[in-house]
Amino acid sequence: MKRHFDQELKILKTDLLKLATMAEESIHCSIEALKARDKVLAKKVIDTDCRIDELELINEERAIDLLALRQPMARDLRFITTGMKINSELERIADLAENIAQRVIELADEPLLKPLIDIPKLAEVARKMVKQAIDSFVNQDEELAKKVILYDSEADKLRNLVYNELIHDYMVKDGTTATRAVPLLLIARHLERICDHASYIATDVIYMIKAKVVKHHPERLKNNNH
Amino acid sequence: MEDIKIKVEDFSFYYGSVQALKNINIDVRRNRVLGIIGPSGCGKSTFLRSINRMNEVIAGSRIEGRVIVDGKNIYDSNVDAVEIRKNIGMVFQKSNPFPKSIFDNVAYGLKINGIRDKDYISDKVERSLKDAALWKEIKDRLHKSAFELSGGQQQRLCIARALAVEPEILLMDEPASALDPTATHKIEELIEALKQKYTIVIVTHNMQQAARISDFCAFFMLGELIEYDLTNIVFTKPSKKITEDYITGRFG
Amino acid sequence: MRIKRFQEKLGFLFLSFCMVVILLILITIFYDIISKGSSKISWEFLAASPSNGMTEGGIFPAIVGTFLVTLITAALAIPLGMGCAIYLNEYAKDSKITRLIRMSIRNLSGVPSIVYGLFGVVLFVQLMRLDTSILSAGLTLGLMTLPWTITASEEALKNVPNSYRQGALALGATKWQSIKTNVLPYAVPGMLTGTILGLSRAAGETAPILFTGAAFFLPFIPKSLFSQFMALPYHLYIMATQHHAIEKVRPIAYGTALVLVVLIFLMNLSAIIIRYNLRKVKKG
Repeated sequence: MKRHFDQELKILKTDLLKLATMAEESIHCSIEALKARDKVLAKKVIDTDCRIDELELINEERAIDLLALRQPMARDLRFITTGMKINSELERIADLAENIAQRVIELADEPLLKPLIDIPKLAEVARKMVKQAIDSFVNQDEELAKKVILYDSEADKLRNLVYNELIHDYMVKDGTTATRAVPLLLIARHLERICDHASYIATDVIYMIKAKVVKHHPERLKNNNH
Repeated sequence: MEDIKIKVEDFSFYYGSVQALKNINIDVRRNRVLGIIGPSGCGKSTFLRSINRMNEVIAGSRIEGRVIVDGKNIYDSNVDAVEIRKNIGMVFQKSNPFPKSIFDNVAYGLKINGIRDKDYISDKVERSLKDAALWKEIKDRLHKSAFELSGGQQQRLCIARALAVEPEILLMDEPASALDPTATHKIEELIEALKQKYTIVIVTHNMQQAARISDFCAFFMLGELIEYDLTNIVFTKPSKKITEDYITGRFG
Repeated sequence: MRIKRFQEKLGFLFLSFCMVVILLILITIFYDIISKGSSKISWEFLAASPSNGMTEGGIFPAIVGTFLVTLITAALAIPLGMGCAIYLNEYAKDSKITRLIRMSIRNLSGVPSIVYGLFGVVLFVQLMRLDTSILSAGLTLGLMTLPWTITASEEALKNVPNSYRQGALALGATKWQSIKTNVLPYAVPGMLTGTILGLSRAAGETAPILFTGAAFFLPFIPKSLFSQFMALPYHLYIMATQHHAIEKVRPIAYGTALVLVVLIFLMNLSAIIIRYNLRKVKKG
C-alpha cells in the first residue's frame, strides 16, 4: 500500500544526503586549502558552514514533525530517529572541517613545516569513511556499515603516526616549531574525530537495519543473528 | 509461574464449519494489560469472548484446547460458565447501560447474585463508581436514568458495573472506539490505574492506543496469533515482517 | 424537470385521494352508527336485560357475556402466547423446525374465524365435554388470538436490544435471570399492546362463538363459566338479520353496534396508552 508518508520519508532522506555531500565537500576543500595554503578556499569552507547549520536545523524539524504527526512505528521509527542522529553527526563533521579550515588560515602565511604525507592519507580515510557510512544508510547496507566501523582503527593508526612524528621529531627537538606543528597536530586530531563520527553513523545504521545496538560494543559485530 | 493469570493453550474456535481461531497460545500476565490488535475480522473479539465463555451463546460453536485461569481450565465439563463470568468482567464496544437508574445498573451484578444487604450494596456501588472515576460526577444523581449520561460517562458506568462484582480479570472490547478524545483519554487513564488490581485484556483497532496503554501486545490475523511480545518491542522492532507492515500502515 | 414536478404532484394527489376515501368511509360508518344508535343509549339500556321478545330492554347480559368471554380468551392467550414467544425468541435455536413452527403460526392468523369456531366445537364442546359455554367460546377465541399474541410478543422481544441480554450474561446472570430482569420488563408493554389489540379483535368476533356458546336469548347474567351466554357481536347479528321484527328492533341493533365499537375503541385506546408509557420508559 502506497503511503503519503513514504513521500515525506523520501524528502528527509534526500536532504540528509544533501547535508552529507556538503560535509564531504567541506572536508575535501579544507584539505586542498591546506595543501595549497589557499586562504581564500579556507575562508569559503568557513562561510559555507552556516548553510550547513541551517540545513541541519531544517532536517531536524522535519524529522520531529514526522514523529509528531505520523506516529511512526518499527522500521519507520528507527529510520527517523537514526536520521536525526546522523543529521547531528554530519553537522559535527562539517564543524570539524571548518575547524581544519581555521587551522589552515593560521598556517597559510608560514612555510610548511614538513611535506604533507600522512595528513592527506588520513584525510582520504576520513572522506571515504563518511561517504561509505552515508551510503550504508541510504542503501541499508549492513556489511558496508560494519566495514566503516572496523576501518576506524586505521584512522587511529594514522593519527598516532602524525602525533609521534610531530611531537618527537619536531617539537621535542626544536621548541620553536610548535607554532607550525601544533596546528598540524590539531588538524590530524580533527580528521580523526571526523572518522569517529563516521563510525558512529555506521553503528546507528546497524541499529536501524537490525534493531541491534552495537554502539560501544564492537564485539557484537561478530554474530549475525538478530 | 504464578505470574500468569490466564494461560491459553492450543485454543481453537469454530463457528459451525468455519474455524475462527487457530491454535492460539498466549500467557496473560497478572496485573498487566494485554492489548490485542489486528485487522477487522482477524478474530480478536472472538478470542476475547472466549475467555469468559460468552461465545457459547452462539449456536453451532465449538472449541478445542484449553483456557486456564488460575490453574483451572474454564472449559472443563464440570465448570459452570455462569460462575466464571462472575470472576471475569466484560466491557463492550458500545456502552450498554441497562435502562435503569445509575445505582441499579451498578448494583445489578450484586443483586442477581443474591445479595440483599442494602448497606453492603450501597457501599459497593460507591466503591465501584469511585474506582471507575465516575463517582464525583454523578454522586448527586444516583437514581437518575443511566441514559442521561454522556457517552464517556456511560462507558465508565459499564466499567463500574463490571467492577462491582469484584472480578479479577477485565475484558474490554474496544471500550473507547465510540468516544471523543477527552473521554478516550479518561478511559485510558482509568485502565492505567485499574491494572494495579486487575488483569486486563483489551481489544483495540487503534494502534496508538495499544501502544499507549498495553504492556504486552498480541497481533492477530485471520484467526492466528502472529506475534506476541512486550509492547515496546512489538512497536519498535517486531520480529515478523507482517506485523511490521501492519503497524506501519502498509496494509490493513 | 417539469415532468418530474408533475409526477410528484400527481402522486401526492392520488395518495391524498386514497386517504380522503378512507376517511369518508370511516366517517360514514361512524356517523351511521352514532346517529342511529346514540338515541338508544341510556343507563337503562346498558344495565337492563332484554325483554318483550327482545324488542325492548337493554343489553346488559350481552355486555357481561362479552366481558367474561374476553377474560377467558385473555387467560389462554396471554400466558400461552407470551410463553411461546419467549421460548421461540430466547431459547429456540434457528433450525428448519423452528422456522416451520414460525411459519405455521403466521399462517394460523390467516385462518378464517368460522374455521376456528368449528374446530372449537369439535375440541372443546364435544371432545373435552365442556359443552356450549363461556369456557368453550373463550378458549376458541383464545386459540384464534394466539397467533396474534405470539407474533406481537416476538416483535416486542426482538425490539429489546441484545446488549441488555449480553450485559447481564457477562455479569454472571443465568439465561433466565437475564430474561427476567433485563428483557421482560422492557418487552412486556409491547407484548401487552399487541395482545390487547388481538383481544379487542376477538371481542368483536361472531363466528367462533356461534356454535361454542353464544345464545340468542338469555336475559340474565350467566350462572357460571359452564353456561351459555349472550354476546354483543352475536346479539347484533341476530338483531340485524334474524329477528322477526327487524324494523322494530333496528334501533337496538344500532345501539348494540355503538356499544361494541366504543368497547373496542376503549380497548385499543388502552393499548395506545401503554405504548406511550413504554416510550417514556425507554427514553429514560
